[in-house]
Amino acid sequence: MTAPGPTVTRDPARTGGTPGPTVSRGPSRAGRTLHAGPLAYGILVVAVLFSAFPFYWTIVAASRSNADLAKVPPTLLPGPNLIRNFEAVLEEADIGKALLNSLIVSGSITLGTVLCCTLAGFAFAKLRFRGRGALLAITVGTMMIPPQLGVIPLFMLIAELGWVNQLQAVILPGLVSAFGVFFMRQYLMQSLPDELIEAARVDGASTARIFWSIVVPIARPGMAVLGLLTFMAAWNDFFWPVVALTSSEPTVQVALRQLGGGYVHDQSVIMAGTLLGTLPVLLVFGLLGRQIVGGIMQGAVKG
Amino acid sequence: MTLTAPETPAPPKPVPPPARRGSARRAWQSFSPYAYLAPFFTLFVAFGLFPLLYTAFVSLYRVELQTPGDMEWRGLGNYTALFGDSYFWLSLRNTFTIGVLSTVPQLVMALGLAHLLNYKMRGRTFLRTAVLLPYATSVAAATLVFAQLFGRDFGLINYALGLVGIDPVDWQNGTVASQIAVSTVVVWRWTGYNALIYLAGMQSIPHELYEAAAMDGASRWRQFFHVTLPGLRPTILFTVIVSTIGATQLFGEPLLLEGSVSGGISHQYQTLGLYMYEQGWGFFHLGRAAAIAWVMFLLIVVLVGANALIARRRSRKEAGR
Repeated sequence: MTAPGPTVTRDPARTGGTPGPTVSRGPSRAGRTLHAGPLAYGILVVAVLFSAFPFYWTIVAASRSNADLAKVPPTLLPGPNLIRNFEAVLEEADIGKALLNSLIVSGSITLGTVLCCTLAGFAFAKLRFRGRGALLAITVGTMMIPPQLGVIPLFMLIAELGWVNQLQAVILPGLVSAFGVFFMRQYLMQSLPDELIEAARVDGASTARIFWSIVVPIARPGMAVLGLLTFMAAWNDFFWPVVALTSSEPTVQVALRQLGGGYVHDQSVIMAGTLLGTLPVLLVFGLLGRQIVGGIMQGAVKG
Repeated sequence: MTLTAPETPAPPKPVPPPARRGSARRAWQSFSPYAYLAPFFTLFVAFGLFPLLYTAFVSLYRVELQTPGDMEWRGLGNYTALFGDSYFWLSLRNTFTIGVLSTVPQLVMALGLAHLLNYKMRGRTFLRTAVLLPYATSVAAATLVFAQLFGRDFGLINYALGLVGIDPVDWQNGTVASQIAVSTVVVWRWTGYNALIYLAGMQSIPHELYEAAAMDGASRWRQFFHVTLPGLRPTILFTVIVSTIGATQLFGEPLLLEGSVSGGISHQYQTLGLYMYEQGWGFFHLGRAAAIAWVMFLLIVVLVGANALIARRRSRKEAGR
């Protein structure tokens, strides 16, 4: 996945269709000059502290011993046991395998979703064909139905296929993203001019050629945002992996459930596992937080 | 699903393909859009649409987890058994109270945060990103951390309460206390996300409205209530609906607060989502679980419909003024 360009945050009105002001950068528009007072800063700083504290606490607890955690008053500073706790959780719960599985699952889902959704989004945005409106309506209509409600037939299906406890049981259903199709469609409707396609057609380019040499390069920032959101959602997905996988072939979230369910009793080891399971997404977030914020402000749907 | 190509050519394109290329090319031109949809729609039908619809069918059968291929007709038996189970009603009530406890503070706080994040200030991008940080965690990680913070004997929250003279609370066993604990995880994870959605909505409100309000002498506070809130109504409706759906299927938080599928020793914080999991994968009754899923679906339809209806009636009332 290439780094998304700055165009992502520049055009927030893209999905909404209504003209809006610039989101995050540039000199302010005329008129609205509401500057924050000390009170606003104060409240925001408190909010940020509340957001961040559980992360800090995870680090504190993961770097202490279990006995430290039972002390009164509690210790609020990190201790020396981080490495030891990491070793314990890798050994006792095989988090290493879970991390690898999660990487495979989330990586495949991200690549597959971005590809499928860009193809379908392009067709919905720029191609004419019979049943376009109906197919789009069905796709968008299911966006509001939580996939959790179809989980029993889905389980029966993968049981029938003999996929229970195999990674493809999590990967293939994960590629279905009505939101992704909608997102790419909106993105391409706004950023891909019809004239460009027509010009290429006149030059004799096939639709496939147009897709790879014109659509994909233009869609790249949108694909990057969709990829980021998809990766985070796939990495953090809980319900379906818990249903479809077991302790012998877990994703990180399944492994965390086993940790919390009395698999390991040492609180500091549980927190070390939690930290390991969260670090990859935090890393992504730290590097590309701006793009994620931009993507959500464009109207991402809760995943 | 119509994945096959229609025989007739598509409606005229802005630029017709060169006529000399022959009919094979023309046929492909009208077929090719479906080729772009095929990867998504194949998966969508198999793993998305079909399971959703088939759930209603499964709910009428006895299906056991060990033998998912054997289905025995049961009619409405799964539903009558469900409605006769007091734990179903308890989990329905818990879903409702936890839903209110998590959704209302979450959205109110998000609205306030969005308002503040909309000000011009130093470090604005940093602050916006920082409030979204909890969104990056998983249900599992967040709940395990909060379960620790909410510990009865050594938890940090009880310690902090002790500093202000409040006795330790048993966050796992008290009904209200445990529901607050579950809701806290939800509120923590989603407030920043909703704040950004509101912020996006606020930025599409025309500046002229604020300028006009300011010229009329409206204070910032009044501008918030008379310009921002009405302008945000569609966004607020969207977040209410999405949060309602999220609350209806709450699962990971109550499962991991102490790690059991019953949602506490007296099921005091078992939600419908958890109850469904317990029936299906704890007691192996997939048919019964499908009935619960279907009830959840109907519940969502009713709640979303009610929300939309209230919103429409309100805007009509205002238009009539």
